[in-house]
Parts: sequence; C-alpha cells; structure tokens
Amino acid sequence: MKPPAPWLLRIAVGAILAFLFVPILIIMMYAFAASNVQSWPIGAFSLRWFHEAWADDEVRAAFVLSLQVASLATLIAVVLGTLAAMAVNRMQSGARDAVSFALVLPIALPGILTGMALNAYFTVAQMPLDFATIVIGHATFCIVIVYNNVLARLRRLPRSLTEASADLGAGAFTTFRRITLPMTASAIGAGGLLAFALSFDEVIVTTFTAGVQTTLPLWILGAIRLGQHLPEVNVVVFAVIVLTTLPVVAAQKLTGEAGALHK
Amino acid sequence: MFAQIQAFAWRRPYLTTAAELSLPAIWFVVFYLAALVLLFVSAFWSVDSMTGEIQHSWTLDNFRQLITEPTYRHVAFRTIFMAAAVTLTDAVLAWPFALYIVRYAGPRLKTALMAAVMVPLWCSYLARVYAWRLILSHDGALNWALHVLHLPHQTIAYSNGAIWLVFSYLWLPFMILPVAAALERIPVSLIEASADLGAGAGTTLRRVLLPMALPGLVAGSIFTFSLTLGDFITPMLVGGAGSDFIGNVVYASVGVANNVPFAAAFATLPLLVMAAYLLVVRRMGAFEAL
Repeated sequence: MKPPAPWLLRIAVGAILAFLFVPILIIMMYAFAASNVQSWPIGAFSLRWFHEAWADDEVRAAFVLSLQVASLATLIAVVLGTLAAMAVNRMQSGARDAVSFALVLPIALPGILTGMALNAYFTVAQMPLDFATIVIGHATFCIVIVYNNVLARLRRLPRSLTEASADLGAGAFTTFRRITLPMTASAIGAGGLLAFALSFDEVIVTTFTAGVQTTLPLWILGAIRLGQHLPEVNVVVFAVIVLTTLPVVAAQKLTGEAGALHK
Repeated sequence: MFAQIQAFAWRRPYLTTAAELSLPAIWFVVFYLAALVLLFVSAFWSVDSMTGEIQHSWTLDNFRQLITEPTYRHVAFRTIFMAAAVTLTDAVLAWPFALYIVRYAGPRLKTALMAAVMVPLWCSYLARVYAWRLILSHDGALNWALHVLHLPHQTIAYSNGAIWLVFSYLWLPFMILPVAAALERIPVSLIEASADLGAGAGTTLRRVLLPMALPGLVAGSIFTFSLTLGDFITPMLVGGAGSDFIGNVVYASVGVANNVPFAAAFATLPLLVMAAYLLVVRRMGAFEAL
C-alpha cells in the first residue's frame, strides 16, 4: 500500500498538470472562435474557419505534401529501422551501444545542426532542395524511433523461438516471415505511427531542406510570422494536434506500454 | 540454390547481421555522417562577396568573425545560458511530478499520469509554441486572467523571459520521463532502510533518492539542453527584438545572406558544446539511463 502524498506535493503535481495542458486546451479552443481577431476570452464560437481553411488551396497543397512526406519517410524509416534492430539484436552489447548511439544522434543533437548539415551537403552535392531532400531529412531522424521500438520487442523475444524454427528446417527468410515478423509486427507498426507523427510535425530540419516547398508546419510558421490567415492557422494547428496525437494513441494501443513512446 | 544460401548464412550469423545492417548503415553514412563531416569542412570555406560563389580554400575567417564580433558572442552566450536555465527549471519541475508518479500514485493513476506526460511530448511542437504566443499576447489569456484577479498586466511577452518560459514548457516531458524511470529503479527496501535508520523524508530525499536518480536527471538534461541549443522557432515566435539565438543567425545566414560556410561555422558551436556536455555526463552514468 502506497503512503498518502503530502498535500504540498499534490498541489505541485496539479499545478504541473495544468501547466502542461492549459496551453493545449486554449489553442484548440481558438480553432472554434468566430472572430478573425485573436483575443481571449473567445466571444462567439463558429465552425466557419474550418470551411475557410479547407477551401484554401495553399493549405490543402501543404497538407497533401506533409502527408506524402510523412508517409514516404515513415516507409523508409520502418524498413531501415527494423533491419538495424534485427542486426543489432544479434550483436555484443558494445557494438549495440555504438549503433544505438549513432542512430539517436539526428534527434539528440541540436536540430539546426542536422538541418544545417543536410543543407550544406545538398548544396555541395548540387541536389536541388525539393520533395526528395525533405524526405531524406525526415527519414534520417525517424529511423531511431522505429529502431528503438523494434529492438525493445526483439530483446524480449526468447532466442529459442528462431532456433526452433531453424531446427524444424526453416531458412532465414521463412523464419523472418513466419516467426520474427508476426512477433514484432505491432512494435514495427507502433514505431511507424510515431515516426509519422514526428515527421508530420517537424519544422526545424525542414526549414533547411525544403527549398520552395511548403509543408504544413512551414505554412503555419510562415503565416504566423507574416500575421496573415491567423484564423485559418488556428484551424490548421487544431488539425495538426489531432493528427500528431492520434498516431501516438494508436501506437500506445498497439504496444500497450508507455515505454514505447520515448523519443 | 536459395536453400544453400540460407544454410550458408545460418552457419555464419555475422553474414546475416552484416546483410541486415548494410542498408541502414549506407543510408546513415551517406545522408547523415557525410553531411556532418561536410558541415565541419565547409565551416572553413568562404563565400566570394562579389559572385556569391563558395570558395573551397581553407580559411579561419568564419571563426575569427564569430570570436571577434561581440554580437555573435552575445548570441552564443545567450543561447548556452538559456539552455542551462531551461535545464535547471525543468529539473526542478520534473522532480515532484516524477516522485508522485513513482512513489504515491496507484497503478491506474500512474498510467494516466504517464499518458498525461506523453501527450504534450508528441502533440505538435509548433502548436504549443503558437499557443504561448497567443496566451502571452496583449489580448491573450494570461492578461485576461491577471485582469480578473485584479493584478497588473504581464510584461513577459516578446522577451527572453517568454523564451525561457516556453522552452521550459516544451521540454518538461523530456525531463519527467527519465527521472521517473530512474526513481522507479530504486528498491523500496532502500527507502525503508533509510527510514529505519532514523532519516526523515527530507534526509531520505537528499541522501538516497536524489543521488540514485541523478543519472535520470542527467539523461533528461541531455534533451533539454540540446533541444534548446538547436532551436530557433521559439525565439522567432515568442522572443523580442534582441532575442536572437545561434539558430536564428544560422537560419538567416543560409536563407537571407546565402552564406553557408559562415552558418556552418556557427552551427558547429552547439555540436562542440554538446560533445563536451556528453563527455561530462557519460561519467555520471547518464547513458545507462537513456
């Protein structure tokens, strides 16, 4: 039986919860404000700006681009992250740590570093900044998300399963298809969903790799800086919150563990 | 034929490992490590002021400019100081929350609280920065709340104070999670033993919980520190006139001035700071807690 918490601690926990959630609730409420002036409290509520935002061709184009980028980056990250996890699972702990350390660098190092490095690289390689360069950047920092999820699952699977499969005459590919893949599918799926959420929302690296392309976060950033279309920004921000939170909830359901969500 | 290849590979597990690792390794080396190396190299290049072309001859001019011009020193100092302040703030805020999750919350409340940390962590970064821009604006929710309470208006908007507040808000989940994980690993018997030996709650906290949870705190600090160092969106959106960070200068050097070598030189500073930081914290066992 756990002891009752001191009241001071309870107040602190309540205050931190409010600190974490009040801003998100406020920004979500702004999407339903009827006014085109951003002020609090919200006077009248309306769904008007949802229509306006959906009718805006720029917003739609940015939305479609972000979906395409996130889907392709996720696909690449799922393949590469799963392969890396399977290889590392068979390695000694020293080599394992080295690979894990290298893969986490793109998200552990400051964001401008990754963005700037890719920007300089594409400039020198004379690759025009375009759809492909955005995807390359996103896939690179998404790999580790899938990798962490799949590796955590693989390390809990008893090695005897794959050995038994081999004893029964299955080759490496058969064992992968019939044993490893079914047992890790939910972890791969969860990693993919998280990678999608991470890519869909990314802005710092993207500013250095997008060229003239506009992903949804870049559209939001531009609109905020110019102070234009702010009611539409509120709606788009609402959509982005929903679209980045839903995959995470789904990933949670898939793995049933909080640990899978560590960035 | 196919069966023979499989059998051949089964007898040599390192071949399978190498085959699996090759694709991710190639991707990573070609698109990331090579880019990092190039970043370092291009920091020693320069841009022809007449043509705007990159000159591939070695020069230390970029670094000389960074060191001699006081503006850049201020920017670097501001960025690093902010990263430290945010890390400290989050360490203080994360502690009671993590302690409550691990030591006091029942299983269901614990799951709910962990989810409550996870949602802001994944919920759109840009949305959360924008939320604070609106909250802190003149007609925002904070001024409204202060007005209701008959308090004077806030003056934090568009200042370094606002940047500090928003960064602390953004990265708090990154600190709570590793601290909670570290606290979770402390056996209850140790805490009971401390109490049996006559230590009060404060002494147990100071002499048992804090030292044992330190790796978790340090692991969290890697994220809070690095994320602050590499950000420029938050200073751009909630900062004021004199709030440029390293990232803002780098971004402007690429986007406006088209001076990639200078931007690269300045971008290596966060890398050096992080490398030094990682070397220090590795000694404190932070990597086991990541």
